[in-house]
Amino acid sequence: MSEIDNQTASTADVENRAVKERANQAYKDGFVTDIESETLPPGLNEDVIRQISAKKDEPEWLLEYRLNAFKQWQAMPNPDWAKLNVPAIDFQAISYFSAPKSNKNAPKSLDEVDPKLLETYDKLGVPLHERERLAGVAVDAVFDSVSVGTTFKAELEKVGVIFSSFSEAVKDHPELVKQHLGSVVPSRDNYFAALNAAVFSDGSFVYIPKGVRCPMELSTYFRINAINTGQFERTLIVAEEGSYVSYLEGCTAPMRDENQLHAAVVELVAMKDAKIKYSTVQNWYPGDENGKGGIYNFVTKRGLCQGDNSKISWTQVETGSAITWKYPSCILRGDHSSGEFYSVALTNNYQQADTGTKMIHLGKNTKSTIISKGISVGKSSNAYRGLVRVAKKADHARNFTQCDSLLIGKDCGAHTFPYTESANSTAKIEHEATTSKISEDQLNYCLQRGIGEEDAISLIVDGFCKQVFKELPMEFAVEAKALLDISLEGAIG
Amino acid sequence: MLNIKDIFAKAGDKDILKGLNLEVKPGEVHAIMGPNGAGKSTLGNVLAGMPHVEVTAGSVDMQGKDLLALEPEERAAEGVFLAFQYPVEIPGVNNMYFLRTALNAQRKYRGEEEMDSASFLRMVKQKIKDMNMRDDLLKRPVNVGFSGGEKKRNEVFQMGVLEPKLAILDETDSGLDIDALKIVADGVNQLRSPDRSFVIITHYQRLLDYIEPDFVHVLADGKIVRSGDKNLALELEEQGYGWLNQ
Repeated sequence: MSEIDNQTASTADVENRAVKERANQAYKDGFVTDIESETLPPGLNEDVIRQISAKKDEPEWLLEYRLNAFKQWQAMPNPDWAKLNVPAIDFQAISYFSAPKSNKNAPKSLDEVDPKLLETYDKLGVPLHERERLAGVAVDAVFDSVSVGTTFKAELEKVGVIFSSFSEAVKDHPELVKQHLGSVVPSRDNYFAALNAAVFSDGSFVYIPKGVRCPMELSTYFRINAINTGQFERTLIVAEEGSYVSYLEGCTAPMRDENQLHAAVVELVAMKDAKIKYSTVQNWYPGDENGKGGIYNFVTKRGLCQGDNSKISWTQVETGSAITWKYPSCILRGDHSSGEFYSVALTNNYQQADTGTKMIHLGKNTKSTIISKGISVGKSSNAYRGLVRVAKKADHARNFTQCDSLLIGKDCGAHTFPYTESANSTAKIEHEATTSKISEDQLNYCLQRGIGEEDAISLIVDGFCKQVFKELPMEFAVEAKALLDISLEGAIG
Repeated sequence: MLNIKDIFAKAGDKDILKGLNLEVKPGEVHAIMGPNGAGKSTLGNVLAGMPHVEVTAGSVDMQGKDLLALEPEERAAEGVFLAFQYPVEIPGVNNMYFLRTALNAQRKYRGEEEMDSASFLRMVKQKIKDMNMRDDLLKRPVNVGFSGGEKKRNEVFQMGVLEPKLAILDETDSGLDIDALKIVADGVNQLRSPDRSFVIITHYQRLLDYIEPDFVHVLADGKIVRSGDKNLALELEEQGYGWLNQ
């Protein structure tokens, strides 16, 4: 294992006048919905897990799965290898289940969903009423620990696509869930994956049958609302032979002084000739300008290219969370399968991100592409960590990695930790890395053409991220750009 | 149009301009010539308000406005355009998007309505045709991978789109072969009009064969030491700048 090109940079580059006067960034999704919730008292033990399982009326095998994961978790140390400064998390002070009370008897249709909840999603720009959707995106909305509604279900069912909350899937399609749950991310995989497997509450389940091209974008919107709760959702997407699906994920949370934990697991399975495109816009509350509050985001995302010619593509725009620990990965088992990872991670103020990917080449002629764009602002720290591993039998595996860091201001840091391991001499692995800063020349050039400083920075950053943004579905690309602009506000001073 | 009075300016700790005076009337083309280090580029930077030059004394009046009191982007919106000697690359931002952002920022400042993308597209396509430039220029990221000639052409194209009142060309001819020089000069000549003035900073007389100036000034050691008509440029070409030191 090698660790090359470890860069730490600090620049005193862009001095600026206009921005100093501005208030610090406004987190527009930081409101709290006043809704009656049923929340388990804080604490974590076997009883709590039994209670979660009972509340969800789960089959025995799933309870066993949880309890087993809990035992594994208890024996694991909290990982400390990331370039993150993580304050000790008191797992006994967190509540592991919170659900809006009115939702106790799960709504049969959106008309039964609490109007306050619908209003919340409208405010977030995710109107749940199908008729209000212009773009034709099916949405599953997860509020704290439970799914509160899934749109377009009937239309999807016509072509055999299953898109439901995880809890419903456990009830309606237990054989599918049982077959694939933990097949890509086993519960013993890592500390946070084990915790998730023990206490996960809800999430989304997607199944695309053989030969079906999913007729619309599927999307899940995660929202943490309740105080002192963690969110532990689980997403499972199975794409059968020759199928295609594009899936979008968005996240927000209220502004609170306390840190909140989010530990999700996402598993993707792509059979022969199947393609899964998974896009994330992560905008969990990042904490205030002094680093108070914010979400701790410890997420395990992994896709298995099981069949030949399968393809999994991860695109992520990460602007939120106080701490981000996340490495969406691909296991390229099928011959000629390919994995892609496109990432923009922006950190501001005291945010910390350690994010990247793993591309595990097992099959012959497998291919992976990694494009990572890190933007560091304020006093933040932004690390790319990536692993490209080529197994002995993976003849003619190819990887291309491009890893660019952009620094804005003088107190931030950018770090790159690319690891490569190759056991096959026919492998071709390329790595390019750059670290740059917004230069005064670029800024002056924009100013001279009449573009004010804030707009100039947004323009330059947008250009820096272009390669990744063009991978996003259109409506998400617009949101991502807007989000970046908000996160950059008050960036320089 | 422009009245520069007794300007003193520094770049870093170094005094560069030392009492420069210049008056430019609407529609006039002024060429500023002079040896390296005389302060030619600094003059352009002072007018555009670039932050790395500091004006310590003097005044600049543009159409009744105190230019020095304005921010660089405000000056641009008031009609000041600087064609850079070394145009900057902005990766990932296509030229057309860049120009539309610039034009609309200027229009907004002037209280005009912003231009929608369809009208803008029509306008730039016509301009690029009029200026005999290739329209792939529009789609490419700003100056990224451009040859020296393409970068300078792009500056003149931007000038054409933004339609400034006062255009300053900072050594736009440097590094250009004769064909590129002609295209650039043609572009400038098309933009000449009774209400638009030009300040052309150049080291060589060559460009002035194609853009005929109304006045030629010699800038040396931070001041204008001689002014004349276009024949002064020819004289300088023959004699060089050595006589300045005598």
